[in-house]
Amino acid sequence: MSPSPASSPAYNTPNYLNAEKGVRSWLTTLDHKRIGVMYLALTLFGFFLGGVFALLIRIELLTPGPTVMDAMTYNRMFTLHGVIMIFLFMIPAIPGIFGNFFIPLMIGAQDVAFPRINLLSVYLYLLGAAIAVWGMIQGGTDTGWTFYTPYSTTTVTTVAPVLLGAFILGMGSIVTGLNFIVTVHTMRAPGVTWMRLPLFVWAMYATSVIQVLATPVLGMTLLLVAFEKVFGFGIFDPARGGDPILFQHLFWFYSHPAVYIMILPAMGVVSEVVQSAARKNMFGYKAVAFSSLGIAFVGFFVWGHHLFTSGQSTFASGVFGVLSMFVGLFTAIKVFNWTATLYQGAIQVSAPFVYFMGFLYFLIFGGLTGIALSTVSLDVHWQDTYFVVAHFHFIMVGGTIMAFLAGLHYWWPKMFGKMYSERWALAASVLVMVGFNATFIPQFLLGNMGMPRRYYSYPEQFQALNVASTAGASLLGFGFFLILFYLVASLAKGRASGPNPWFSRGYEWNTPSPPNLLNFPETPVIDRGPHEYQDGPAAEVKHAH
Amino acid sequence: MHTDAAAAPSRLAHHFPDMKTQEHAARMGMWLFLSTEILLFAVLFTAYALYRFLFPVGFEEASRLAHVAMGATNTVVLITSSLTVALAIHYARLGENRKVVGLLAVTILFGVTFMVLKGVEYHHHWVDGQLPGRMYHFAGLSGPGVSMYFALYFLMTGLHGLHVLIGMGLLSWVAFRAMRGEFGPNYSTPVELSGLYWHLIDLIWIFLFPLLYLL
Repeated sequence: MSPSPASSPAYNTPNYLNAEKGVRSWLTTLDHKRIGVMYLALTLFGFFLGGVFALLIRIELLTPGPTVMDAMTYNRMFTLHGVIMIFLFMIPAIPGIFGNFFIPLMIGAQDVAFPRINLLSVYLYLLGAAIAVWGMIQGGTDTGWTFYTPYSTTTVTTVAPVLLGAFILGMGSIVTGLNFIVTVHTMRAPGVTWMRLPLFVWAMYATSVIQVLATPVLGMTLLLVAFEKVFGFGIFDPARGGDPILFQHLFWFYSHPAVYIMILPAMGVVSEVVQSAARKNMFGYKAVAFSSLGIAFVGFFVWGHHLFTSGQSTFASGVFGVLSMFVGLFTAIKVFNWTATLYQGAIQVSAPFVYFMGFLYFLIFGGLTGIALSTVSLDVHWQDTYFVVAHFHFIMVGGTIMAFLAGLHYWWPKMFGKMYSERWALAASVLVMVGFNATFIPQFLLGNMGMPRRYYSYPEQFQALNVASTAGASLLGFGFFLILFYLVASLAKGRASGPNPWFSRGYEWNTPSPPNLLNFPETPVIDRGPHEYQDGPAAEVKHAH
Repeated sequence: MHTDAAAAPSRLAHHFPDMKTQEHAARMGMWLFLSTEILLFAVLFTAYALYRFLFPVGFEEASRLAHVAMGATNTVVLITSSLTVALAIHYARLGENRKVVGLLAVTILFGVTFMVLKGVEYHHHWVDGQLPGRMYHFAGLSGPGVSMYFALYFLMTGLHGLHVLIGMGLLSWVAFRAMRGEFGPNYSTPVELSGLYWHLIDLIWIFLFPLLYLL
């Protein structure tokens, strides 16, 4: 940002990490950057918990029949895995960490519009997580993360605390989204027009719209299930005239758009990473920006593709199927623009770029199987098999987590001012990619052969592929531990990164790393678009190479 | 602008350039929040539409058990309270804080009236066993959809009642601030925003009343 470059003496004030000391200063902070760092710690702990349960599931599935746990424990494990990964990691992670940290820096603002509500969202997260996890320890839930009625209202396990926890987590998600929408509308610095908004901000804006408009529906629906379970209201109980299919409609009205809450921020992250790594402007800025809104919009009209085999009319299924394919269309627009950005770029191969390439491959693979799944006649065969599980994990782990890792490595020096070890990062990325493929490609094959998801046991002939999947999962787990290890080590021993180790021209890099407590000593005035490498004055970049 | 900066420097948070932007943000945040409230209720309206369609006779017969006189009184009470809150906003902008306090007190009293009448209705339904789902044991009427009507009746009016209580809390807080003389031509956003919330509560009731009592 032109008025004060990062090296300016105007920045000779303490950075946000050192400005105040003590646990209390963190727990009561209103600073968006510290809130982002708190989300980093919390969601990574959620990811660790969910990952442990994933590995336990994979160990159980190593052999047909009982391996290390009984069937009921297994049911609780996959429920725990789903609930924790979705509500405690996938939904809050990128918005909570990178959204909070970077949206104000990227639009030249001193903070988000409502800092106190932002802190409230952290506490809602903690409260919701505590209630949900407590509920799962006390009796556990065995419904799967989808809470389908009438099973969830009749099972002997405790369901209500988990539902209440998810409701509270949803409130946290709503206020985060609301905060971002208002921030983007009202707090852009002079010169940051809508058409100069960094693409990560565009993606977060689209995500926030979904969070605000879809989450209340899930919240109320989960409360209805809790009322039914505890007081016997009969809303979803066929014995009292209730309709369980109504639950499926209401649940997926949120939970399908929710997968775009998980993937759109990831698309935003890689849009930043690819421009910096290739040293080029986005090939089609407007196409990428508007396709985010397109996904958010069309995402509200596709929920019926979860009900192809639930007795929905054939006509409705056909319409939902075709609408679902539009998501593929908008995603393809993004993919072509990202690859076109790479063309003739001066590519820096570093960990963020490697994860971007992984993201691209997994997203295309997962996306194409998604188009196949939205074809009604094919889905009837694949419904509730491991094919769906593999598709979902290709997008969520292969897409979102690869992008999360790309962003984490790309912005780590910005957030903490330290460089991680590039050599270890590349080694870990190989582990993660190989492990990921080995985990989920066998699951595509298993699903296609008809192995149903969520089953405790399976016939002998499926064992080889299940062993492969478990082996892959352990590689993946090992890779994640390695990443955690060298990132934490870099905080203590890493070399100082300097303000801009990537020579990126993203707006957020024109502040010191780590940024100051007060983001900008004076209101920045912007005179160029984000990542203008070719058109703007880029002398410092040329020197660096 | 100059009067703004002079009158209310302490109200301007450090991250906003001026009061105008800050108030614009607050107003926008409130409207977005109201949209989430509408979606929260939308789930119940959807369920109502489905079960009304599935059980037209059961719903019609059950809705005759609703206490129309009390419901109608409550409708008048709430609509009048929207008028008093609108007047409070008007006087807040003029800086007549005493009138604001008086009008908000009247609004809150209307809210109390509403909740008392609602409580009396609930009590009658409770005594008669006209309750949701498996708790329904009213001997005078049975059949498909009847207990479902009461499930929706209690969920919809219960959630609405909860909002009335929250609204009364908000208005009390604003009235307290008016007592300290905080509002005037340069600053009336809290009155305006809690007024918006109160209007939404009123609006939802205007839909609930015909659906649950009259149809």
